[in-house]
Amino acid sequence: MVAAAPKRLLLLIRHSPYGSSLARASLDVALAAAAFDQPVTLLFAGDGVLQLLPEQDTHARGVKNIGRLLASLPLYGIEQVYVDAQAVAHYQFALDTAPLKAVPLDSGQISEMFRNHDQLLGF
Amino acid sequence: MIYSLLVMSSPASGQCATTAAQFARAVLARGHSIKRVFFLDKGTSSGSAMAVFPQDEADRLAPWVELAEQHQVELILCIASALKYGMLDATEAQRREKPAATVHPAFSVSGLGQLVEAASAADRLITFGG
Repeated sequence: MVAAAPKRLLLLIRHSPYGSSLARASLDVALAAAAFDQPVTLLFAGDGVLQLLPEQDTHARGVKNIGRLLASLPLYGIEQVYVDAQAVAHYQFALDTAPLKAVPLDSGQISEMFRNHDQLLGF
Repeated sequence: MIYSLLVMSSPASGQCATTAAQFARAVLARGHSIKRVFFLDKGTSSGSAMAVFPQDEADRLAPWVELAEQHQVELILCIASALKYGMLDATEAQRREKPAATVHPAFSVSGLGQLVEAASAADRLITFGG
């Protein structure tokens, strides 16, 4: 059902993991894109970098664990994952314990990321 | 040029959903085409046949119905989001044993593959809300 020439999708994820349902929705879009063999890149920015916090425990809240979902993304072929280095510095946590490997980018590299994709989905 | 729209804001809160409908109308007026409008998360409540807005405010549903009926614009509500927000078409209402359908018939309920395809088939994908 998807056209022959795949568009490179960039998902800009700016929502904290449990503050709204959009965090989960954006990852569902990533999974759908992967399921249809569309190349998809994730870029976590702003409050969205909080999705990469280690040891997320959602048991008491009764909602799905975003960290665990992120950890499973490489299994679905989603491996282009980047994060705004400035936002990570703002929240002061280490990326090496994040549930998903994400490459930190500076603002120049982020601009380049925008240019290198066909469609930008801003969450 | 072919456009697709992604709408993620509720018509009950803020301007984004209304702006999306106005943008769609402007796209068509300029001679472009719209592949699809996909509603995700809170955006799915744009398809509500039940919402009642104050009489002295603009009708939030009519612009979409007009786009669908007069310009054959495809309006799709993400099924995972729609169910959570109580947006059920006749088929889903029956399947889930709910007392009534809440989605206006100008809209369809479908999966995220429709968004992926809309992004793939369009020259431009424009996001509203989020």
